[in-house]
Amino acid sequence: MSTPIISQTAAQMSAELVAGSVTAVELTNAHLDRIAAVDGDVHAFLHIDREGALAQANAVDASRKAGEKLHPLAGVPLALKDVLAQKGVPTTCGSKMLEGWRPPYDATVVTNLKKAGVVILGKTNMDEFAMGSSTENSAYGPTRNPWDLSRIPGGSGGGSSAALASFEAPLAIGTDTGGSIRQPAAVTGTVGVKPTYGAVSRYGLVAFSSSLDQAGPCARTVLDTAMLHEVIAGYDPKDSTSINAPVGKMVEAAKKLDIKGMKIGVVKELGGEGYQSGVTIRFNEALEALVSAGAEIVEVSAPSFEYALAAYYLIAPSEASSNLARFDSMRYGIRVGDDGSRSAEAVMNMTREVGFGKEVKRRIILGTYALSSGYYDAYYGSAQKIRTLIKRDYDAAFVKVDVLVSPTCPTTAFKIGEKSNDPVAMYLNDVCTIPVNLAGIGSMSLPCGLAPEDGLPVGFQIMSPAMKDELMYQVGGTLEAALQSSWGKPLYASAPELAVK
Amino acid sequence: MAAISREEVAHLARLARIEMTDAELDHLASEMDLILESVSRVQGVAGEDIPPTSHAIAMHNVMRPDVVVPSLTPEESLSGAPAREENRFKVPQILGEE
Amino acid sequence: MALNYDQALEKYEPTLGLEVHVELNTASKMFCGCATDFGALPNTQTCPVCLGLPGSLPVVNAKAIESSIRIGLALNCSIAPFSRFARKNYFYPDMPKNFQTSQYDEPICINGYLDVTIDTDEGLKVYRVDIERVHMEEDTGKSLHVGGATGRIHGAEHSLLDYNRAGIPLVEIVTRIIPGTDKYAPEVARAYVAELRDILRSLGVSDVKMEQGSLRCDANVSIAPRDSQTLGTRSETKNVNSLRSVERAVRGEIIRQANRLEAGERIIQETRHFQEESGETRSGRSKEQAEDYRYFPEPDLLPIVADPAWIEELRLALPEKPSVHRKKIQEAWGVPDKEMAAMVNAELLTTVEETVALGAEPTKARSWWLGEISRLANEKSVEPTSLIQPSEVAQIIALIASGELTDKLARQVVEGVINGEGDPRMVIEKRGLKVVSDDSALMVAIEAAIASQPETAERIRGGNIPAAGALIGAVMKATGGQADAAKVRELLLKHLGQG
Ligand SMILES: [Zn+2]
Repeated sequence: MSTPIISQTAAQMSAELVAGSVTAVELTNAHLDRIAAVDGDVHAFLHIDREGALAQANAVDASRKAGEKLHPLAGVPLALKDVLAQKGVPTTCGSKMLEGWRPPYDATVVTNLKKAGVVILGKTNMDEFAMGSSTENSAYGPTRNPWDLSRIPGGSGGGSSAALASFEAPLAIGTDTGGSIRQPAAVTGTVGVKPTYGAVSRYGLVAFSSSLDQAGPCARTVLDTAMLHEVIAGYDPKDSTSINAPVGKMVEAAKKLDIKGMKIGVVKELGGEGYQSGVTIRFNEALEALVSAGAEIVEVSAPSFEYALAAYYLIAPSEASSNLARFDSMRYGIRVGDDGSRSAEAVMNMTREVGFGKEVKRRIILGTYALSSGYYDAYYGSAQKIRTLIKRDYDAAFVKVDVLVSPTCPTTAFKIGEKSNDPVAMYLNDVCTIPVNLAGIGSMSLPCGLAPEDGLPVGFQIMSPAMKDELMYQVGGTLEAALQSSWGKPLYASAPELAVK
Repeated sequence: MAAISREEVAHLARLARIEMTDAELDHLASEMDLILESVSRVQGVAGEDIPPTSHAIAMHNVMRPDVVVPSLTPEESLSGAPAREENRFKVPQILGEE
Repeated sequence: MALNYDQALEKYEPTLGLEVHVELNTASKMFCGCATDFGALPNTQTCPVCLGLPGSLPVVNAKAIESSIRIGLALNCSIAPFSRFARKNYFYPDMPKNFQTSQYDEPICINGYLDVTIDTDEGLKVYRVDIERVHMEEDTGKSLHVGGATGRIHGAEHSLLDYNRAGIPLVEIVTRIIPGTDKYAPEVARAYVAELRDILRSLGVSDVKMEQGSLRCDANVSIAPRDSQTLGTRSETKNVNSLRSVERAVRGEIIRQANRLEAGERIIQETRHFQEESGETRSGRSKEQAEDYRYFPEPDLLPIVADPAWIEELRLALPEKPSVHRKKIQEAWGVPDKEMAAMVNAELLTTVEETVALGAEPTKARSWWLGEISRLANEKSVEPTSLIQPSEVAQIIALIASGELTDKLARQVVEGVINGEGDPRMVIEKRGLKVVSDDSALMVAIEAAIASQPETAERIRGGNIPAAGALIGAVMKATGGQADAAKVRELLLKHLGQG
């Protein structure tokens, strides 16, 4: 029995495209059909760019026919998180504020995707301005987890992870400020990578927290993620924080399947008490798999990590309060209350009241407070010092080990609505992913099984030193292969069938 | 004692240019209280000798040469404008002064 | 009864501080590649970055950094080994991101000074103005207020925004409080801005056109009773767009504040706007409730670490200081102090230099520019340099030297050039102003004059030389004033046997 094309990996699709057994247009149509069939329930997409995607696919097919040399991913479809600007295509960031805005320019990530011939199917749902861990904060309604439609698909990039898990796309782009790529990957049984800060250009990524934001690749396998990583990464003179160095060989690392002699550190502070038992069980099984593959497991301590969450919830809102000031209804986006009698100031106030959702307002107020005179040193200043301590903890750990590992999140996917009235409990979701962003290093989440108690995916996090993103692909690829051989099939193949309309 | 008063939240909302109803202010003040309680643990952890980190990946002197590159067309620049008059953004009367 | 300036100074001591904003003349903006041309059509020099579109990011213009460091060096500043940008957060519609990318506690240059010379009752006196900091920031867009009363903000029905200026690099130069200026505060303020402008011009970093806003001065003025130990509350006067206005604004503010205090009122910390017509200041935004700008390091930009070798290189390549240059010129031309000061004060040194460079004799060039041309400019309330080019003045001076023009004729040529009749040659041509130097043509006129006044001619022949005046006058009249009187006299006397 041959697998339907949409259930294949991006690498397999690429092979079929090259072999000519499928065209980019056929592949794109297959995914557009799948979206039409299941997205009514999942709601992964905010906008489907049928015309644009087919035009891109057509162009790829024509180039292939003409014998041009194409990128391996040319013609493979992708779901783009709605926080990235795509010229002429609605870009809302999950906010009412930007309803109807069509950017006059492409994000560098989008430029790179287009250059490689990757077909962009549309824009995926997200927590408003990437603030959240459940995609419940989207102004356009929540996205549902394909494993259980009553549960959250993670956030902020729940649309991208759900699109992968429901076979609406084999590739997706996410952005990760405190875990928004990795936590959705964990709870949907997919793979997500937050590259080293500066590895992927932020130009055209609508900023939430500039010093933490990083776009990254998402897919159903480590190899697919690596292939996409190489497409989107690279130096960009339009982003001052972009790293001016060649992109590492991620695909090669993902294919190595060899970790003999590597030292893998388990972070003592990220696990144990408070973690769902099924998460701990699957995490420990994965460690055993790594040992079987020839790695040495070492326990390391990172004492400053206990302050990471607090530091993050000061730094990110502070930067956000400034980044989101530009949404004032003067130049783009919605405008509320302009009846000819009100002043610009009054119209700004009203627009921001109506245009921003609760969580965004909460963080803007928190950030405004943390930066205000008299409080700066106690809050923002102290948080920036914690950052230094966390960086030092990582530096010390990476002297002893090659990579660090932990569960990606303390629990599996929770129910929609379960935590929406308790912001502090919601913030705790990100406890394992946040230290990575504060230190700017790279990190991956890949599935390590289903929790026995609820049958939901568990995520395994691999953290590699800054600018050594290859290491997490090497370890992730090896672990994925070991686990899949023990399961007999990839985890995503166990996902329940979605009702097709 | 509350870490932050309703009046302080109202002041912050003014600074952030967000109109808020009384009910919203009340609700936010109590939430902010909880959040501040949990984030204030950052205080006093790092000593005087610990420098703050603003960029995790340390770099400096990133500059571009002084070269003109094409701008957007006015049509593109104004494409998102809620209102325009000829080639300018049209906005309600501005109250403050420069 | 209201106090005048002298009375105000008797009771109160003024304190002065100045903030000057300079638009750099880079080809592209501070953080994006948009052009910076003045007067372009609205929003034609805008892009995602300078419009603050979501997702856009800034990248620093290297030339702007270099220019800022050169300004710092020219103002005797230390260049900070580590400096960076910060965000200054406040909402204003002409500011696309609702924060200004600026520098806060880590500016690029600190602790400099600038010496300025002014003419006091005790002669020329040098004041040292300490510079606190030189920092970089970006300009805002421009708003146009439509409807309501005459473009003023109050009463406008709506506003129109043009972001061409948004993101143009600005350098802000902030002085410390300038002590001991006393009654010369207005003159010191003016001299400082003038000297600063000359330095910036010599560096070639800015157009320094106050009337176009590429150099803007905010004057911080306070006064305190003479016996007081504390400083008074200061006001910040903006919209001062000429050197003359700087002086008037400071003077006006001292008088206003003194009269307020006399009336028992207090001074409000506020922004005031200078009114060009009245020379007074008008109240703007009150700063009583200090703005909370929530500065924090700009995360989208990286620190600037100035390499000492590079700084040295820039220091060595600095042009000669205007004050040193002036001294050299003064010596070379042998100009007395007072006259030198007059020329500098009239903003004409560069112009005179240019004229001299084109071959004119320095004394002549000076007297034409500061005399006739300045007089005409004053009549028309314009700058002398807007009336006539140094090359034209040099040409006229050359024509006088060669005897082709008399001083009197030259004045007519100047008038013609100013009236737009063309260059000096064309004016001479059109107006027929050539000196009659052809001896035979003059002889005809002389003989005619002798024929009409034979008795006078006889008296001259008899040795009465002063009587020649009447005949010379007749010849001059006959030639329409175009003859050289000395030449006429020479020929006439010779003809009558007295040469
Ligand atoms: Zn621009």
